[in-house]
Amino acid sequence: MIEVDGVPTFENLKTSMPTEERMRKKAVAMHECYQDIPCDPCVYSCPTKAITMETLVSTPRINHELCNGCGLCVAACPGIAIFLMELKEDRGLITLAYEFVPLPNPGEIVDGLDRYGRAVCEARVERVYSLPGIDKKTKTSLVRISVPPEKIMEVRFFRRRE
Amino acid sequence: MIEPDVLVVGGGPAGMNAALAAANAGATVLLVDRFQNLGGQLVKQTHKFFGWAARGAGARGFELAQKWEGEIQNHPRIRTLLGFEVIGAYKDGIWLAADLEDFYKIKPKRVVIATGASERMITFENNDYPGVYGAGAVQTLMNVYGVLPGERYLIVGSGNVGVIVAYQLLQAQAKVEAIIDILPRLGGAYWVHAAKIQRAGVPILLKRTITGVYGEGHVERAETIGVDEKFQPIPGTERTFSVDVVLLAVGLMPLSELLFELGVREYYIPELGGFVPWHDETGRTSHPEIFVAGDVAGIEEATTAALQGRISGLQTALDLGYEVNKDEIDELKMLLTQFRRSSLSEKVCQGLERLHTKGV
Repeated sequence: MIEVDGVPTFENLKTSMPTEERMRKKAVAMHECYQDIPCDPCVYSCPTKAITMETLVSTPRINHELCNGCGLCVAACPGIAIFLMELKEDRGLITLAYEFVPLPNPGEIVDGLDRYGRAVCEARVERVYSLPGIDKKTKTSLVRISVPPEKIMEVRFFRRRE
Repeated sequence: MIEPDVLVVGGGPAGMNAALAAANAGATVLLVDRFQNLGGQLVKQTHKFFGWAARGAGARGFELAQKWEGEIQNHPRIRTLLGFEVIGAYKDGIWLAADLEDFYKIKPKRVVIATGASERMITFENNDYPGVYGAGAVQTLMNVYGVLPGERYLIVGSGNVGVIVAYQLLQAQAKVEAIIDILPRLGGAYWVHAAKIQRAGVPILLKRTITGVYGEGHVERAETIGVDEKFQPIPGTERTFSVDVVLLAVGLMPLSELLFELGVREYYIPELGGFVPWHDETGRTSHPEIFVAGDVAGIEEATTAALQGRISGLQTALDLGYEVNKDEIDELKMLLTQFRRSSLSEKVCQGLERLHTKGV
């Protein structure tokens, strides 16, 4: 439970999850930020003003219709708590901020990990790139992985194989 | 004898900002830190900071330290004394800073104490063994000197420090076996920080405590045990971890010894980390010429420390007759209030309220 260990449950996820229909259209941002942290960079990173927040200590709200899936908020979020979601016919694409080196290679097969670090499926690294934070100077690496479509809400990290 | 308008003791986020604010307003400042570099704990912080996008949120701690250090080193009215420790404060207003070979006498008109905090220790068998580290020590070794003190880690304490160090250890390719905490829920870590280490495979084991470390002259394994609601060990729940480092992240205490020496009024406020000097909104203590800012005024975090430092610095300049825009002080106070409106600051706010209801 989130109050116990900080890991969101389905009840939490429901409040910020894009619809399946929207995820099928194109990539869309989903946040997993459910605590009133005094923090607002995601709001200012968004070029389409899809992310709003009432006050500094509110949790963000993402308007999934306005979101163009650019990923700038994924790179800007200090909590590494925003992900891009996209559903293709045969796979789900998850883009996450990755603060580790060495970076994985596109095409690499990795273990898809759930929110408790358990390997739940095979995943494939599709794209490795970087985007600037709101300071426009520093960049954060992003990694896009593909997983079986039914795992798109379950996988949130990956582990490289030995 | 050095005779600055303002002496700032401690070059972390609070001290750097106090020095800059006072000097920008026209005061001459002497900034003393016992380390060779400015930045305090910021230099070890490789994660991105929360806060206002408009005020540098998203920057990593060490980047903030570099920015402020640059401003300080280029400031014509700030003199720094690095590698020197302020070891004495005397009734006649003289302060003493010394290293192993040399010392300076300082006679300031105002003082901002921004000495930060020290780490707490807990008792368990062999807790003096090599391999038992404070979280700050591991961060310094790893992030400042590039040295990993071990290969396999058990972290005690699930506050922000514990989970952030766990993440940094993973980044350094160390193996973190687990984080344990005696509490039945996270010991104060922000959910997102806790979530990002758990999805990377580090378990947080609650209701569990460490009973001892064992090995041939250094830590080779750690023994832990589950506890009940009254924190009493439950026989049969023992678990051994094969680790070479036990990292303690069990809280911080304000470093206020200098203020004790001067008889500044202090109160024991558990929500603020222990004994803290009474202070008003500008950080002024019961001694009208001495201010506190940052963790020494109550354990909080770097963003609030920086804001407190700015406010104290401006107030010292105002005291001394320099032109200070009072709106700026009000704005900083407003930002502090805004930041603390989060439920995450509830304990700090309660502590400050208790402190303020006490008399000077």
